[in-house]
Amino acid sequence: MKLKTLALGTALAALATGALADIKVGMITTLSGGGAGLGIDVRDGFLLALEMSGAEGIEVVVEDDQQKPDVAVQLADKMVQSEKVDVLTGIIWSNLAMAVVPSVTAQGKFYLSPNAGPSQLAGRGCHPNYFNVSWQNDAFNEAAGAWASENGVEKVFLLAPNYPAGKDMIAGFKRFFDGEITNEAYTQLGATDYAAEIAQIKASDADLVYYFLPGGMGISFMKQYAGSGAEKPVMGPAFSFDQGILGAIGEAALGVKNTAHWSKDLDVPGNAEFVAAFTEKYDRLPSLYAAQGFDTGLLLASAAEKADVSDTDGFRAALKAADFQSVRGAFAFGANQHPIQTIYMREVVKEGDVVTNRIIGTAATEHTDAYGGDCKM
Amino acid sequence: MSLILVAEQVLNGLQFGIMLFLMAAGLTLIFGVMGLINLAHGSLYMIGAFCAAAVSAATGSFLLGLVAALAGAAAAGALIELVVIRRLYARDHLDQVLATFALILIFSEGTRWLFGSFPLYLDVPAALSGPVTLPGGIQYPLYRLSLILAGLIVAAGLFWLIARTRIGIQIRAGENDREMIAALGVDIDRLYTFVFALGAALAGLAGALVGAIQSVQVGMGEPVLILAFVVIVIGGIGSIRGALVGALLVGLTDTLGGIFLPELFKLFMAPAAATQTGASLASMAIYILMALVLIWRPTGLYGARA
Repeated sequence: MKLKTLALGTALAALATGALADIKVGMITTLSGGGAGLGIDVRDGFLLALEMSGAEGIEVVVEDDQQKPDVAVQLADKMVQSEKVDVLTGIIWSNLAMAVVPSVTAQGKFYLSPNAGPSQLAGRGCHPNYFNVSWQNDAFNEAAGAWASENGVEKVFLLAPNYPAGKDMIAGFKRFFDGEITNEAYTQLGATDYAAEIAQIKASDADLVYYFLPGGMGISFMKQYAGSGAEKPVMGPAFSFDQGILGAIGEAALGVKNTAHWSKDLDVPGNAEFVAAFTEKYDRLPSLYAAQGFDTGLLLASAAEKADVSDTDGFRAALKAADFQSVRGAFAFGANQHPIQTIYMREVVKEGDVVTNRIIGTAATEHTDAYGGDCKM
Repeated sequence: MSLILVAEQVLNGLQFGIMLFLMAAGLTLIFGVMGLINLAHGSLYMIGAFCAAAVSAATGSFLLGLVAALAGAAAAGALIELVVIRRLYARDHLDQVLATFALILIFSEGTRWLFGSFPLYLDVPAALSGPVTLPGGIQYPLYRLSLILAGLIVAAGLFWLIARTRIGIQIRAGENDREMIAALGVDIDRLYTFVFALGAALAGLAGALVGAIQSVQVGMGEPVLILAFVVIVIGGIGSIRGALVGALLVGLTDTLGGIFLPELFKLFMAPAAATQTGASLASMAIYILMALVLIWRPTGLYGARA
């Protein structure tokens, strides 16, 4: 009798809220090691979005992939098979995304990428259940390449780590840069000493050094570069100069230009509130990774309001509509479910005691990636 | 490819090698004297860097930061020797590896808990920043030059300590026959703690010196630890001289390989493919070097004959 009442009560409660079935989200991200700052920002931004949107019935399981592809694959298997999640998200690194995304989307799960957009998954390897909320890897670099050409840069030295994202970023820069490439150097992923590359930079006749070195790699490079006597200006996608990195580089980065889809001073509805809420809750300035995590959370919450996750087609359509107020301003998905968005040029400045970024112009409007044509969905 | 570039790369290789020596010296001493494989040596490197960053941020003095790195790493070393390592001497290597691996996790997560996950700021002192012009017109960062010098001074001090002092005699005796020197009345427990703290202090110093030009972050020690193991295997386990020669060989091979192998392949391949192949082969170069040395001398360059 008691049991019956309880069951009835629960059923009534469910009816009363009119809620759709609960969604279980598996977040696999990097929470330890040199890349931990990126994963922690994505996680914190994502959870903040769920909290601020007031979405109910979304349960999040967070696991640390240690920036290792094999660990990420194990975690994905665990989340799909024993945790029975409906949606996966969180991966920071392209090599990990390549190891996890194709298999989970093939198993009918949704994957929302809050960072990492390898070209393979934007083109031939696209999938109806894969949504990239951040960018295709080439995006910031295409905008930077175009900007460099327009601003009279003739010879460029390119530097990136030797992994899928590094190659995409360099390819993206070259696609829209019509000057000469003097060198193209690839370093080991996670390298900490760039003395050898810096010596090559000094010996080359480039007018600009363009590099993609996210996380700790960027910190090491910029500090060593500043002390080496090399005087060529540097530029890069925002990953080389995001908020987490600038604190550790300090003033050596002042004046450096970088491209991004977001900045904390971007004047669009909701951004100032996001920056204030993030700073209040976590006691640090949000990075662009935090903004991407936040947008991913908002996207999920917006879809959860419209459709039941067990109705795969309906939920997919709800995701695709991207009916949320992105902290980047206008946001829409292209045919291959990668973002169409504006990319800005930012400059590193000092505000009081804090070294941070400020927008100085627009590098590309309604930018979309170059791989959509290969995507047959 | 100019001569200046080559000279600069040789200096870079030397600087890298000297810093590896500071790591490898402690590792090889600890293995030689106590027969212990200490995977947590990389954590001591990290502790040194964090102590230096925290203290120089608080006091504004890089020198005080270095002192703190030495003291902090030595204290951490002595502490783990007394609490954990001491129980492992009689166990086999697998137990030692497991226990010291656990220490890595404890130190990493402990540091994350104390300092957070974001890299700390530690910069080169103003007096040593910027480049200097060396004979031949080579512009080289003054700080890296100072690292080479500091490393050589420490190496000389270490050789003097081992060869000329009473404690050095005890260390060498301990490597040969630990029961015998215990029987001769040397306090073996104290000697072990001292050697461990010394090795830890060297690792901490390396961490602090290198931390100023790299990023001070959790997990920074593990990649260096792997290279330090390669160094002591090449040099011969237990030999300080082997560690020095091995460290310089590894430093030079790694740096010069990364530059010249892609150039070499460009002579007979398309530039893009040459960069790819050269870069891949360069990252294998030190392991190929290790394999060749082991084929030629199975116990390493200066290792005791098995």
